[in-house]
Amino acid sequence: MRRAFVPVMTVVIAIFAIWYVAAIFLNAAWAHDKAKRADVTLSTSELIADTWSQEKPKLPAPHQVGAEIYKTTFAKKITSKRSLVYHSWITLGPTFLGFALGTVLGTLLAVGIVYNRTMDMSVMPWVIASQTIPIIAIAPMVILVLNAIGISGLLPKAIVSMYLSFFPVVVGMVKGLRSPDLMQLDQMRTWNASSAQTFWRLRLPSSMPYFFTSLKIAMAASLVGAIVSELPTGAVAGLGARLLAGSYYGQTIQIWSALIMAATLAACLVGIIGILQRVILRRMGMA
Amino acid sequence: MQNGTKEGEQSASQAPVISARDLDLTFQTNDGPVHALKGVSLDIKAGEFVSFIGPSGCGKTTFLRVMADLEKPTGGTISVNGTTAQAARQARAYGYVFQAAGLYPWRTIGRNISLPLEIMGYSKADQKARVERVLELVELAGFERKFPWQLSGGMQQRASIARALAFDADILLMDEPFGALDEIVRDHLNEQLLKLWDRTGKTIAFVTHSIPEAVYLSTKIVVMSPRPGRITDVIESTLPRERPLDIRDSPEFLEIAHRVRDGLRAGHADV
Repeated sequence: MRRAFVPVMTVVIAIFAIWYVAAIFLNAAWAHDKAKRADVTLSTSELIADTWSQEKPKLPAPHQVGAEIYKTTFAKKITSKRSLVYHSWITLGPTFLGFALGTVLGTLLAVGIVYNRTMDMSVMPWVIASQTIPIIAIAPMVILVLNAIGISGLLPKAIVSMYLSFFPVVVGMVKGLRSPDLMQLDQMRTWNASSAQTFWRLRLPSSMPYFFTSLKIAMAASLVGAIVSELPTGAVAGLGARLLAGSYYGQTIQIWSALIMAATLAACLVGIIGILQRVILRRMGMA
Repeated sequence: MQNGTKEGEQSASQAPVISARDLDLTFQTNDGPVHALKGVSLDIKAGEFVSFIGPSGCGKTTFLRVMADLEKPTGGTISVNGTTAQAARQARAYGYVFQAAGLYPWRTIGRNISLPLEIMGYSKADQKARVERVLELVELAGFERKFPWQLSGGMQQRASIARALAFDADILLMDEPFGALDEIVRDHLNEQLLKLWDRTGKTIAFVTHSIPEAVYLSTKIVVMSPRPGRITDVIESTLPRERPLDIRDSPEFLEIAHRVRDGLRAGHADV
């Protein structure tokens, strides 16, 4: 932990430095524009100060985004429509539901693929094909079709999340369920164990390291799915809605703060799974 | 088995527990057929300790796997406990010890040993009693709650032997169980295994590539040679049942070892 501190901080500082410099270059044109219209000439320090404090910059500076995040998370009531916490909460619903659905679907498909030769041959290509279609193309259709048959609200969004999150679970669990070696399977055979016994006692526990790794990817994918699924419905609420509304009105600071919020959420969720993974695998003697 | 001895039959010997007749096993590989076993015939009587020795590729492990119904012979017949190998496996007639202990890291030693018992549907109380008993048998009493990683390699292998003993199969099939262990641990385990065999009266088939191990342990040594895998010599040991470790320096021991070595060399000569 301590040894990682210096390298991590170095990278963070480098990112901030590049960010600030990029903000100067990207926002300089507008600063010059304003100065020209007001008929003043800007000194270098004035220019820099301006590029870091514009209202609708091309690239907002980190402290602007930070201030916006603070304002919209801590300074607002969380029930307020302008609170990022409120919007995050809206997005988390379909994220979790989609993640759960995706995990169940992915695991079931993996079990089918491992135990059924026909499924092994037929399902995997479709699973892979499903992920080659851009989610941005699928999401509106899922939302519209489900709306047409009277399903709206949480579930359509969760299904978009599931669509993204089942894939890493299938891939990881197929590998995980196949991870017991020949000797272990032979051993089960010498005890005349049934397929179900082999599954519950050997294959499933053996797959746990793969399972948790898949869950981490699935969780991040779920959040992306939930955000994307908010876009076609007219962007009423949620992080996706903040992104879309921000882009309608050129509110780049709002876009960036929603982005950072989404990234932070993803990091926290993945981190929680990481902790679970560490605790459980250690207890299972597998880490 | 309830072998009521029919009068007139040989009084000393019983019906063989394992009986192989003209076993053939050919694996089809990309490089053409591989004759893992060819014309293998052998009887193993109840209570015998039979070692299989030979260079790699001689089919000794394959033969053991045929007994265990883990491989199907392509020719000949095999009977185990008077039935087919498959029926014997389904009746849980044998315990099989692999080269690696293969303990599940997420189960304690006790729960590892009760794994086959769970699968076979023993009651909880029975499981507990059996685990306790076999742990004592392999001198691991008190390690029930430890996890595999807390045990040395030799102790893990003993635990895996305990697991194979837990469901009271009369036959123990062992595939180089001590192959991965160092010499000193191996000597110790050999000694323990002999004691265990003496106490339990199991029929043991034991694959090894160590001549001293084979001679020290066995009542019968089966020498095999490769391409095709076949039996070249069967040596009945003249050593007494009681075998201290220093019996390995006795002229009798050396003589048997010599004959095994000759058998192995003869098998190699025609390669």
